[in-house]
Amino acid sequence: MADVEVEIRVNGQPRRASVEPRRTLADFLREQCGLTGTHLGCEHGVCGACTVLVDGDAVRSCLVFAVQAEGAEVTTIEGIGAPDELSPVQAAFRDHHGLQCGFCTPGFVVSVTAFLRDHPNPTDDEIRDGLSGNLCRCTGYQGILAAVRAAAAGAQATTG
Amino acid sequence: MVPQMTGPTSAARYAGTRVHRVEDARLLTGYGTFVDDITRPGMLHACFVRSPFPRARIDGVHATEALALDGVHAVFTAADINPEVHELWYSIMGKDIPDTPRPLLAEGEARFVGDPVAIVVAGSRYVAEDAAELVEVDYEPLEPVVDYRSARDASELVHEGYEKNVAGRLRGGNKDLMAEVGPSAAHVVSETIHQQAYVACPMETRGIVAEWSGGEMTIWAGTQAPHEVRAVCSRVLGLPEHRIRVIMRDTGGGFGQKVAPLREDLCVMVAARKVPAALKWIEDRRENLMAAGQARHEHGTASMAFAEDGTILAANIVHTQDVGAYPTPWPVGTAAAVGMIFPGPYRVPQAAWATTSMFSNTAGRIAYRGPWQFETVARELLLDIAARRMDIDPVELRRRNFLAADDLPYAMATGMPLDHISPREVFEHALELLDHDAFREEQAAAREQGRYLGVGTSSYVEPTTSAMGAFGTEGATIRVEPTGKVNVYVAGGSTGNSLETTAVQLTADALGVAIEDVNTIQGDTAVTPFGLGTGGSRSGSMIAGAVGTTARTLRERIIAIAAHKLEAAVEDIELADGRATVRGTPTAGLSIAEIAHTAYFDAASLPPDIEPGLEASGRYRAEAMSIWANATHVCTCEVDVTTGMVTILRYIVSEDCGPMINPNVVEGQIDGGTVQGIGGALYEHLAYDEDGNPIAATFVDYLMPTIAEVPVIEHGHIETPGPGPGGYKGVGEGGAIGAPPAVINAVADALSPFGVTITDLPVTPASIVALLDEVRAS
Repeated sequence: MADVEVEIRVNGQPRRASVEPRRTLADFLREQCGLTGTHLGCEHGVCGACTVLVDGDAVRSCLVFAVQAEGAEVTTIEGIGAPDELSPVQAAFRDHHGLQCGFCTPGFVVSVTAFLRDHPNPTDDEIRDGLSGNLCRCTGYQGILAAVRAAAAGAQATTG
Repeated sequence: MVPQMTGPTSAARYAGTRVHRVEDARLLTGYGTFVDDITRPGMLHACFVRSPFPRARIDGVHATEALALDGVHAVFTAADINPEVHELWYSIMGKDIPDTPRPLLAEGEARFVGDPVAIVVAGSRYVAEDAAELVEVDYEPLEPVVDYRSARDASELVHEGYEKNVAGRLRGGNKDLMAEVGPSAAHVVSETIHQQAYVACPMETRGIVAEWSGGEMTIWAGTQAPHEVRAVCSRVLGLPEHRIRVIMRDTGGGFGQKVAPLREDLCVMVAARKVPAALKWIEDRRENLMAAGQARHEHGTASMAFAEDGTILAANIVHTQDVGAYPTPWPVGTAAAVGMIFPGPYRVPQAAWATTSMFSNTAGRIAYRGPWQFETVARELLLDIAARRMDIDPVELRRRNFLAADDLPYAMATGMPLDHISPREVFEHALELLDHDAFREEQAAAREQGRYLGVGTSSYVEPTTSAMGAFGTEGATIRVEPTGKVNVYVAGGSTGNSLETTAVQLTADALGVAIEDVNTIQGDTAVTPFGLGTGGSRSGSMIAGAVGTTARTLRERIIAIAAHKLEAAVEDIELADGRATVRGTPTAGLSIAEIAHTAYFDAASLPPDIEPGLEASGRYRAEAMSIWANATHVCTCEVDVTTGMVTILRYIVSEDCGPMINPNVVEGQIDGGTVQGIGGALYEHLAYDEDGNPIAATFVDYLMPTIAEVPVIEHGHIETPGPGPGGYKGVGEGGAIGAPPAVINAVADALSPFGVTITDLPVTPASIVALLDEVRAS
């Protein structure tokens, strides 16, 4: 099948490329855009490591073709914060040892960012339910749960 | 309360505090460097053609159609790859063992579903995968040996020359022990306990990039042990070690799976010399669950004899493990640990053991976090079963048998020398955190209402920081650079276990400098000292030893320069907070930066007996054959006796890993291991069907715990210093060892009114309902 021209806004920048129709959004981001923070843990939509925001929605970029994101606004982990300017969610993960190897971490940070936007004052059950689509093998989720609670509380304190 | 890393530097003392990790900023923002993030000029991509049969004769491999596909560079088979192997052995076992077969590509016969038969090289991974599907292999299916438990009686052999499919056997102690002790004992309890296959499953799959250029090999790897990758590459290719450079920055979890480079890794190294550019292979999840190895699949008949009062008289385990088709490394020796540690943290006057390793046509056995943990599973399940039969609370039975401080040092009846442990203390501490008596009351009240709660404990002792062979030493190089900033170089192999933060904390303390002035360089064999990486819960103690040894030399030199410049006696110089000062006159002093400037830029002003510059290399030798850690896990749960669903209510770990370098890191290791163990007890099963097909090769079928299933884990810390630098002990594996029996015992306790005995893992809703149906029917 012939390549297809796509234009996707990634972290606020327009990105144009000619891609095979079967190229996943994850591979487009990693290889065409050089944004390697989006990780592939299963490539079948279960682990959540490849989660990015597409027009604000948390989406598994391994299950979306780049051509399906034509015209969309995509935010990857690189668009959430920077090493010397962590977002509140990233800072909370650091403060509460919410990461170890860091492979699942970008997917968690993106998922939590979207989750807290939609659930600014979540209960523990809502946190557990909201993040049950992201797998972590290192932390036993203890630091992650603490980080999400803290990020929510911090946001409440700021806006409250 | 999390202390800030960037606070005032006065009273700088970082070991023991919850400093922020130096790894976090890059990993949180997407700027980590994992092996799949590596790109090289003209880089090619590999994909393996794998056997769809558990056992089949390979009559031919046809690549014409694959080679015709645009973008395909090569298809290599066993005939191309296997003859290139000079020698293949792993440092942990050495070369003088009766190692099991391990061809890089299947040759003549495929021996499990997923066995690599050919490697396809193409310009992109998409094309490589397309081409792999076009490679035609003439298979003649053969009768497989699927179940290791019946492999001894199978008519077929997994490997010629291994009669009855036995890979090896070892035993220790009096084989007639139970027959001799049993008749005069008040109670003898014996059960055969079965554990299912479950696996490390790091979130990052395996991967490697190998680039052969100008007679040199450069490898980027996801690994726990970069120097072991270099060593094995050197042996396999017959290349001198100094022509090979292995680099790793971030590795997405290992848990044992990424210690020894496996067949595919070696195949990529060989193939890289046959193609014109760097060759990358990134495993997909299906391959990882199908071919990256199995673990935990074993069973054992555990027996104990007791006196009337519950005192243990003797213990015996007859153990058999599945080693699959291509175990790595040699699996027979490591299985001995199951027998040798079986007596655990108890007074056991007599013990014996036997272990048999059986081949099967399944994925090969590899290391996984506490590879010998079946000793704890078998012993702790058996103790609960025994307690119920003797009508003693399982807690009380253990209290009557734990080793006490007065017993130490203590030689297990199997010969293992125990010391610096605290079995009674961690046990009582964990029960106190639970309030065991209150739980028993709550349990009784719940039963009145038809709700079934249970409590289970699990206690173990664990040999960490082995001094065996090359594990017994670790080196460090420390450079105080001309501006006074510090770089510390250690072998590394960090896979989430925070070795960068650990090295930085320890170095800052050792040199009396601010933690933000210390950086670490790890995971590059070209620039770091040799070391065998992450494995056997060794990194904390060994890095502490390496940094301590090296920093001592540097401190002496810093003090000598300061004494000379300040015209003071060496004995009067104090080194702290990044300054050398004269005792009693704190205004007289020099910063480390000033001393470093002198050492490099003004060497002529140094006395002739002081070496210019401020860098040193040192190497630590382990002080003990191993450092024992111990813990008790306590789990409470509720079991729905209609649906079989288990809900964990509380989970407590009280552990003794000595003083903690960073409590966040220690608790993180415990939590991660514990949840892997909970997964093993309740959810995870690397299952095969009866025809030898893997049926859990996706995350839809292989069920790892999510945040929705895990309890909040509560911690207790008892600190008994171990025999080594700082008194530090290992803590990486313990959680995964202690958790499964605590969970199973809790479920069994909940179901005790029904007279159910649980001996098969995992405990799933279906298995609980089946057990209850069985007892109701009888």
